Amino acid sequence: MNRYPAWKYILLTAVVAFGIIYALPNLFGDDPAVQVSSARGFELDPALQGVVEGIVEAEEIEPKSTEFTPDRLMVRVDSSTQQLALADAMREQLGDAYVVALNLAPATPDWLRALNASPMVLGLDLQGGVHFLMEVDMETARSQQLERFVDDIRNLLRDQSIRYRSVRADREALVAELRTPEDRQTAMTQIALDLPELELETFDGGETFNIRATVRPEVMTELQQTALQQNITTLRNRVNELGVAEPIIQQQGADRIVVQLPGVQDTAEAKRILGATATLEYRAVDEQNDPYEAQRTGRVPPQSRLYETREGEPILLSRRLIASGDNLTSASAGFDQQTGSPMVQVTLDAVGARRMFDFTGENVGNRMAVVFIEQRPETTIVDGEEVRETRRVEEVISVAVVREPFGRQFQTTGLGSAREASQLALLLRAGALAAPVEIIEERTVGPSLGADNIEQGFNSVIIGFCLVLVLMAIYYKVFGLVANLALTINLVLIVALLSMIGATLTLPGIAGIVLTVGMAVDANVLIFERIREELRLGNTPQAAIRAGYDKAFSTIADANVTTLIAALVLFMFGTGPVKGFAVTLSLGIVTSMFTAIFGTRGVINLIYGGRKRVKSLAL
Amino acid sequence: MDIIRNDTHIDFMARRKIALVFSAVLILASIGSLVTRGLDFGLDFTGGTLIEISYPEAPDLADVRGALAEAGYENFSVQTFGTSRDIVVRLPPEVAAEEGADVSTVALEALESVDAGLEVRRVEFVGPQIGEELANQGGLALLYALAGILLYVSFRFQWRFAVGAVAALIHDVIVVLGMISLFQLSFDLTVVAALLAVIGYSLNDTIVVYDRLRENFRVKRKGTAKELTNLSINQMLSRTVMTSLTTLLVLIALFYFGGEIIHSFAYTLIVGVVVGTYSSIFVASTAALVLGVSKQDLMPVVKEGADQPDQEDLPARFRNT
Repeated sequence: MNRYPAWKYILLTAVVAFGIIYALPNLFGDDPAVQVSSARGFELDPALQGVVEGIVEAEEIEPKSTEFTPDRLMVRVDSSTQQLALADAMREQLGDAYVVALNLAPATPDWLRALNASPMVLGLDLQGGVHFLMEVDMETARSQQLERFVDDIRNLLRDQSIRYRSVRADREALVAELRTPEDRQTAMTQIALDLPELELETFDGGETFNIRATVRPEVMTELQQTALQQNITTLRNRVNELGVAEPIIQQQGADRIVVQLPGVQDTAEAKRILGATATLEYRAVDEQNDPYEAQRTGRVPPQSRLYETREGEPILLSRRLIASGDNLTSASAGFDQQTGSPMVQVTLDAVGARRMFDFTGENVGNRMAVVFIEQRPETTIVDGEEVRETRRVEEVISVAVVREPFGRQFQTTGLGSAREASQLALLLRAGALAAPVEIIEERTVGPSLGADNIEQGFNSVIIGFCLVLVLMAIYYKVFGLVANLALTINLVLIVALLSMIGATLTLPGIAGIVLTVGMAVDANVLIFERIREELRLGNTPQAAIRAGYDKAFSTIADANVTTLIAALVLFMFGTGPVKGFAVTLSLGIVTSMFTAIFGTRGVINLIYGGRKRVKSLAL
Repeated sequence: MDIIRNDTHIDFMARRKIALVFSAVLILASIGSLVTRGLDFGLDFTGGTLIEISYPEAPDLADVRGALAEAGYENFSVQTFGTSRDIVVRLPPEVAAEEGADVSTVALEALESVDAGLEVRRVEFVGPQIGEELANQGGLALLYALAGILLYVSFRFQWRFAVGAVAALIHDVIVVLGMISLFQLSFDLTVVAALLAVIGYSLNDTIVVYDRLRENFRVKRKGTAKELTNLSINQMLSRTVMTSLTTLLVLIALFYFGGEIIHSFAYTLIVGVVVGTYSSIFVASTAALVLGVSKQDLMPVVKEGADQPDQEDLPARFRNT
């Protein structure tokens, strides 16, 4: 007798049900949708929903649904014609503060979404789009950092009235030459106090008494990491400008950034925008004149310039610059220790710190503004010729009251939320001068190729799958049909797992699935051949089934573990598409073990296990 | 229905000299091809720029070349891809080194001058620093996979089997590379992935035979190591052929219906499955035998009084009568 206890069937049914539920979302396709998010990555105002609904109504479109989250607002519609019309209308009426992007939102029914089930994400090779790999020029980032320290040391020595002969960057170190040992001693103490990032040692020149300062390795690593983060933030902001629905911007390795823009076709445009540079400026607010008056009459006081805040309010700022992004060394979000309210901690270099101190000392109670400036390259058509030029975009991102004089380090408080604080910190860092980046890899897949890839990938899975089903059914009869059932469930389980872990499906990933289908039957072939062998040896059908499954198990396990080793190595070393192949292959091995051994045994037991006398097996 | 008769008694080991000569010829031919013809390294490894475009009408390739030459490019190649309307342009890595990622933009402008109605199917730009890295990573991946397998098989079986398995794998990798070189298939990242999959597959086959060999060594009282090896291979033959067949079926589907991009990948795997099946029969077991695998190597450690097989539980053929 071959019987499975009830709990095994319950487990089997549960796994199959689970697989079907999580694989299901892939059958529902997409809704055309329009997505609105903040151009600067801030949280959306719930009031926006009303505004957008107004626009939808004015366009006489019946939306399928409107979803609001703090990150984005999504309106689903019935057709791409409606989608385009709605997007145009929204772009016109919402203005620059918002990014309006076309999106294809998965049309997963609500009850499935409630279970957190979602379809697989298609890779760029399947849906079309651009992939950039950018390398941050760390050499330049390092030398920029050293130059900044040179300035700091010079200013420090000047402030402390220590006479020095020279301060310069010497390869990986900084060298300060002083005239007397006493000067050197004072300088050492001062530098150690003000610039703890540096490691100091003394050495004597011909006539001078020198200090060699090296940046502590951990500080340098951190500075490089910051440079990379700054670039990622800047890139993210710019990608927002492109209106891409689901961009991916990630760090890869120590000095690289991956940017993936699904659906973007104009790579030239994308490259120009990603290559733009940005900075920021601290300016005093002109409190003497009325900005509304200036905006209305167009008469701006000579010492001031008219700007607009993020909310669209006019504001007059002094022409005199207090500090710029070049002076900013770091900005981080946190909480005020006294009040507990969110704040941003800003650190300036020595030059910026002195100017900031001078300004704030005289302007307690007055306001100071932060202006974000971006050089955006643009192409315009003049007389039928393409003219490339850069446009300077300026925006006031924060206005705050000076509470007390400050210098190198200060806090910006009065922010609405912790999230706003971290966003401002990101923006400040993004505005600071980061190291230059270079595109070292580009892969663009056009939409028609993407569609071809999906179709061909899908076809080859179906055809290969059917061929295997037919062969198995002919060769192993009833047992073959049971194996086919297991193979089908195996495919469902792979799709379910890929959907659940949010894996990206690529063409090599599909190849991995196809290959798994071919190899998954191996376990059943091993078992069935073993059963046949046992039958030939004169065992009863029931004993043969039991022996076949038992003896084939260790073989199957050994064989699969070794394949798994190869797949794991692929995963560790592979990048992008190769990784996708490794993931599907490994998942396939695990699920096939389950369905081919446990699953088929369950069904075989149902068919033959209960009978007292089985004369022969349809094998 | 049986594809292979169940009671085959092919004397594989008697043919091992023929197999040895055959394998030697295969390996020498492969190495010869690799040395003289080399591998046609794809963009992933060489760096450079590849542009695939589709013109509304089949263009004159000379016009396309002229347009690119006018734009100042040298050493580029222009080929049709699939249909006569689809063109693949490859630009050498030196150009990329000078102009960076702008290459594709400039080159596309030149291509548009032939016919503005073109559609961009695919653009790939790989900087020189990436190519070298990927080549190193690919090589390392192969080495680590082999080392991991060597360890696992030593642990589960015995070192002679591990050496035999790895010998078979190296045999497979060399022959598959040789075939890729012989037919001048583009060697790109997906082919590296396919090579690793071939390793996994071939090993799968080898392990299955080893597993049976171990079982036979343990339970059969009579027979030399050579006879038992022969028996094991024969016992597993119908399984080996059946699994290879199903895998080949899906690979052929992938080869014919999977599209141009996946071609090299499918080809590598098809060759790999055939070679891997052959090597698991003729190379892996033979190597273990030559290294002197004996029954004693695989006997389980029997504790006194324990682990003695209960005669009743054993199938008929294992009972000591």
